[in-house]
Amino acid sequence: MKHLSEYRDPGASRTLLSAIERAVTRPWVIMEVCGGQTRSIVRHGIDELLPEAVELVHGPGCPVCVTPLEAIDRAHAIAERPGVIFCSFGDMLRVPGSSGDLFTRRARGADVRAVYSPLDALEIANRNPEREVVFFAIGFETTAPANAMAVLLAKRRKLTNFSVLVSQVLVPPAMTSILQAPSNRVQGFLGPGHVCAVMGMDEYAPIAAHYNTPIVVTGFEPVDMLRGILRLVQQLERGQACVENGYERSVKSEGNLTAKRLLDDVFEVCDRKWRGIGSIPKSGYRLSYEYREHDAEQRFEVQDHAVAEPEECISGQILRGLKKPHDCAAFGKRCTPDAPLGATMVSAEGACAAYFAHGRIGRAPKGLPLYDERAAQGGAT
Amino acid sequence: MCLAVPGRIEDVLIEDVVPMGRVAFSGVRRLVCLAHVPEAVVGDYVLVHVGFALSRVDEAEAKRTLELLAELGELEDAMSGELDAGAVDGMAPTGKEHAA
Repeated sequence: MKHLSEYRDPGASRTLLSAIERAVTRPWVIMEVCGGQTRSIVRHGIDELLPEAVELVHGPGCPVCVTPLEAIDRAHAIAERPGVIFCSFGDMLRVPGSSGDLFTRRARGADVRAVYSPLDALEIANRNPEREVVFFAIGFETTAPANAMAVLLAKRRKLTNFSVLVSQVLVPPAMTSILQAPSNRVQGFLGPGHVCAVMGMDEYAPIAAHYNTPIVVTGFEPVDMLRGILRLVQQLERGQACVENGYERSVKSEGNLTAKRLLDDVFEVCDRKWRGIGSIPKSGYRLSYEYREHDAEQRFEVQDHAVAEPEECISGQILRGLKKPHDCAAFGKRCTPDAPLGATMVSAEGACAAYFAHGRIGRAPKGLPLYDERAAQGGAT
Repeated sequence: MCLAVPGRIEDVLIEDVVPMGRVAFSGVRRLVCLAHVPEAVVGDYVLVHVGFALSRVDEAEAKRTLELLAELGELEDAMSGELDAGAVDGMAPTGKEHAA
């Protein structure tokens, strides 16, 4: 298929790997921010093909993973209200809250529906004027224009029975939060290609300059990612910290101006809590004042309850690039995609779930020791 | 979640003032909202995410990237050929050698 197959070419991948091997002289730690890239890296084994000196760590770029338990509990409480049709992207349906998931709610009689697009939820509202239709609007900047358009059309079409539960998050504040931590290991970022297709690259230059950290906006196919890694390694070896566009066919430096105007109209920036990380200032969107009539949180007045995460889960450290799934005693044992303990196992784009899905259980990434539970507990090795 | 797939616009229609289009992805066709890509026309490739076109795929840039890759491939071939022949001294060590 055009614009996919050329970027999966094994010959081009070998060429890029060879160029990376020639370019690298010292160890470097590179983080991919986007969950789609994490999944692609693990699926194609890119991290295992790279020279040992280049370590990939996996960032907080899966919106399903970082949606806090409190937001999931709010979704469940709204879904259980009589007369509500609760619509969500399929990825969110099986993410457990503090008690079961949306499938559990559906089994108990709630009307929970998986939709491909927010426009599908809008159409459900149009066809069911006597019912309250709520859409769980999660996602990064990539998904925000679609969610914003659904809200704009609901207002324009006077679909007063349509509302959205917004849990939108933004990438640049999360990158800043990672770089600010004293324990930070990340020396360069593969920038999130589809987020930048919407937002452009302007927000990233101050981050690269302030933290002396190069950022290469990168696509999702193996050739795209290897090319991004090569350009990052070249910058790191030269001591540069620039923002480069490595996804030229889809990203313009100014982004998508039409979509950005819509985002400015429908949303306003707010603080958001990230699962596994905590609250990050100005890291999310909420509906702007003009569209609050479509805000499900206000419409349903759901109470917030603080929810504790399992102490054993290390997903917060994985999301910051400090640990890998194999560093966790519970990985693949007490924590699996069917019974996830925390953020990085709840969605296929989480680092733990991606490692699990691609058979990386019982073996450590090259060059790293496998966590030994018995040794850690003082038992025989 | 941020997955977006390139597809080719086959036709454009206006639904309640919103531009929509049928987009083909290797054998599958879907109705996609084109409101965010006013510059896109029939025959263009667009990146589609949750039923919305995010951006128009720039064919000239796609071609340029592939040409750069081909050039890099030729360069790498030439360099490994020279290395095999022992003609190059003082090359930067590879990551594997350095990390070992």
